[in-house]
Amino acid sequence: MAIAIDDRLAPTSRLTRLMRRPELGALAGTILVIAAFAALAGHTGLFTARGLVNVFQIAAELGILATPTALLMIGGEFDLSIGSTIGFAGVVIGMGVTEFGLPLWLAILVAFAFAILIGYVNAVLFIKTRLPSFIVTLAAMFILRGLTLAVTRGVTGRTQIPYITRGYEDTWYVDLFAGTTFQGLYRWMTDIGFITARPDGTPPVAGLPVSVLWWIALTALATWVLLNTRFGNWIFAVGGDENAARNVGVPVARVKIILFIMTALGATLFATIQVLTVGSADTLRGTQKEFEAIIAAVIGGCLLTGGYGSAIGAAFGALIFGFVQMGIFYTGIDTDWFKVFLGAMVLIAVLFNNYVRRKATEAR
Amino acid sequence: MNAGDVVIEMRDVSRNFGSVRAIENITLQVRAGEVLCLLGDNGAGKSTIIKILSGVFAPSSGELLLDGRPIHFQSPRDALDNGIATVYQDLAMVPLMSIARNFFMGREPVKGAWPWRHFDHGLANRVAAEEMAKIGIRIRDPGQAVGTLSGGERQCVAIARAVHFGARVLILDEPTSALGVKQASMVLRYIAKARADGLAVIFITHNVNHAYPVGDRFLLMNRGRSMGSFRKGEITNAEVATMMAGGEELRALEEELAEFARPPAGPRPDAAEPPL
Repeated sequence: MAIAIDDRLAPTSRLTRLMRRPELGALAGTILVIAAFAALAGHTGLFTARGLVNVFQIAAELGILATPTALLMIGGEFDLSIGSTIGFAGVVIGMGVTEFGLPLWLAILVAFAFAILIGYVNAVLFIKTRLPSFIVTLAAMFILRGLTLAVTRGVTGRTQIPYITRGYEDTWYVDLFAGTTFQGLYRWMTDIGFITARPDGTPPVAGLPVSVLWWIALTALATWVLLNTRFGNWIFAVGGDENAARNVGVPVARVKIILFIMTALGATLFATIQVLTVGSADTLRGTQKEFEAIIAAVIGGCLLTGGYGSAIGAAFGALIFGFVQMGIFYTGIDTDWFKVFLGAMVLIAVLFNNYVRRKATEAR
Repeated sequence: MNAGDVVIEMRDVSRNFGSVRAIENITLQVRAGEVLCLLGDNGAGKSTIIKILSGVFAPSSGELLLDGRPIHFQSPRDALDNGIATVYQDLAMVPLMSIARNFFMGREPVKGAWPWRHFDHGLANRVAAEEMAKIGIRIRDPGQAVGTLSGGERQCVAIARAVHFGARVLILDEPTSALGVKQASMVLRYIAKARADGLAVIFITHNVNHAYPVGDRFLLMNRGRSMGSFRKGEITNAEVATMMAGGEELRALEEELAEFARPPAGPRPDAAEPPL
């Protein structure tokens, strides 16, 4: 049968389609923030190799949390326990090595196994009790943090675990989580004078932290899953209207369990990168990271009510976060103001998202 | 219109919830190419009948037959696999998702081998656009959000989706009750088209004016019992309305209203215009 396309309706233009993308606001925000700091802090070192590496490192670590958080929020739920999961996972790696004598790689695997368990328990508690995920994971946030603190102090007598990576400095798996890449590229850029060299002629930074590659890879993977797989369609469906999704046969519970496991795995990846980078674990690591991840996802276009958002947007949200944090530092503004900016940005982002959503669904 | 064979049939079906008899000895038949209207006030047992036909509840007693053979549905999915599709009042549509994504929600077409297996957007967009064109809904692009469609259009998309995925029996739960006149007539026109295509349609409503134009037969329900089944020629629109409202109740209401309408007994000099 021929498709009777009505010729009174012009095909949607490329621009209109672009306007409908959820990450548009975050892209515009990123450009705005970069422009603002270029004007305010253009000559201070923010836009040098070292300054940008710092920006990207902050963005990458937050982005690793924000990507699964965005997927979960599109699926209609929150996970407030990821900050505590970071502290917990770090301590599992630390105590695994220092107290139980496990090889580092095995301690890392154990931490990831615990992450799957934490995500699963969160999801099952939330599904069985039918309480909002906000409440269930709020409880998990306190329980996990308290457990981490109590067990660590009980076993080691302290709240920090040092010297975790001693003896493992050059193993491939430390490089996998905490190494630097593109060292040759940085050396070459220094040689041709694109990057200002140190007095001794070496590049000012060794290379790009490998966490940036993790971040980019995770964002790309999440975007592909969301837009181009059945599971992605189920995430949107479950977050958009759970009953509707169930009526047409979407396995709602399974989708949510997988999403909660993803956020816990993201938190554990973050913890692993941190522990292997600094070589120690601390029971207080990751505090407030759950809110930062939600902020990045919201700036990136995720609706608090679910069913809408993007992983690329969350990556832009994390990048804005990195630029603002380092920008304020380089501009010389008292860094105490950082959180004021952050709060204001969240408010603006939510208002903008609500406007975009109204536009996206209004009858044409 | 010549109706075909009986597709689905209920014989003396009752369903109890504890000591409450939600429906009692209901018998109904729907043929291919026929619209059966299930009419009744709230609490008449219409929803219970839908839920038995769509596999949510099993009957407490009585038989369910599909193509003349007794059948027991294990789940809604089982009923769906047997070609019985229910379009619920809440539509099973997600407003923020595109038409194509909604159309294939839960049955996404995929291509490629794992791990490159992916949602076949080309096929989904093409099929969604074709199906929309068939039912006369003009869309700019199958990627636009369902929220941009009108209520009537959304209901039609939900029905089109059920038909596309092989429904032989279409159960429509109050598809027109939330719609304006123009929107409702769009849905009614589509119901008539589904009938012409040979589907067995069960149309649940409490609006006689919507049921009468498209219905071939009417089953009237009151308090869980059948008040009789009628062919279109055997009963008028007004008679159906009277029976549905439960006769006496409507008469009682008329008397009550007449009481209000009676002019006041004497002049009331102190009374201003009565507030409406």
